[in-house]
Amino acid sequence: MTPFWIGSTPFRKPLSRRGLFCLAVLITLCLANGSDAVRASGRLIGRVAPGFARRSLHGETVDLSGYRGKVVLLNFWATWCGPCRAELPRFDRWQAKYQARGLQVLAISMDDDPALARGVVDKLGLHFPVVMGDSQLGSLYGGVFGLPVTYLIDRNGVVRRRIEGEAKSDVLEKEIVALLSEPNR
Amino acid sequence: MKVTLPRSFWAIAVIMTIFGVAALLRALKFGSVPIVSATEIPQSALILPAQLNAELEKRKGEAPLVLQVGSRVMFEQGHIPGAEFVGPAVQPEGIGLLQNRVASLPRGKYIVLYCGCCPWTRCPNMGTAYRFLIGMGFKNVKALYLPNNFGEDWVTQGYRVEK
Repeated sequence: MTPFWIGSTPFRKPLSRRGLFCLAVLITLCLANGSDAVRASGRLIGRVAPGFARRSLHGETVDLSGYRGKVVLLNFWATWCGPCRAELPRFDRWQAKYQARGLQVLAISMDDDPALARGVVDKLGLHFPVVMGDSQLGSLYGGVFGLPVTYLIDRNGVVRRRIEGEAKSDVLEKEIVALLSEPNR
Repeated sequence: MKVTLPRSFWAIAVIMTIFGVAALLRALKFGSVPIVSATEIPQSALILPAQLNAELEKRKGEAPLVLQVGSRVMFEQGHIPGAEFVGPAVQPEGIGLLQNRVASLPRGKYIVLYCGCCPWTRCPNMGTAYRFLIGMGFKNVKALYLPNNFGEDWVTQGYRVEK
């Protein structure tokens, strides 16, 4: 559903040169003054993924640094998020399919209530660790202002991709396979 | 001709009535409401990020009460300046907080709801919260149209964010 005003033309006259100049300046300023969170999320690419250690919903300790040498798919999700719940079983299948080659799926629930997250994890029968997230962890990862958000981290712990929204499964799987093929430096 | 119903009929009727009343009481107690898709919100009730931002910036006239109907974790990372957290409307606790927050307000109060936790077409919170407020009799409720999410449609656009 698209609101009726989207697509309407706000300007009836063609823009003058001055108007075009002002528009260009405005766009440049907007791009230059992007929010910290957006800049931070972009800055993570090519850098070592921010470390965290938390207890999973089922009691095990999950320390990101412990997965060096593996390709990590790090997924932020929530129970009420439809696209998230569509992705999780797919990630679970990939965990089983590529585990031997070095894939590790980790999920971070952005729910407020761990019981809700645990219920969905159990219902979906997920086999990878799930920890509870918070605003601090979200900020560390460049601001998680919408769900799902998925990071691909290579064997050296370097962030290679940030995917906002539901990932195209065929594209993402190819990227995972490519990362799994890279040697551990 | 007089029709006599068997005792088993009355027994089943009584049991069904008890279950029905119990379900009704449970629904009332926990505040559960039917989940409504955001796409069911009428277009006339939508407000675009640029429009809301302009309204918040001008600081004239009645300032809207901006309520976030997503998770607290998302709210704490950053939210629209002045917005208040009420929680996911799809969860009973969220609807409970929403109900408590607006209960004493005049029904003409200008309220803007937003979520942006996931794409508009997949959001269960916005439509549910909107329908709930309309059901309470509120007549000036707007829903912030965030087609992708709060990050892409508000934060990335450079609109102010408060922590």
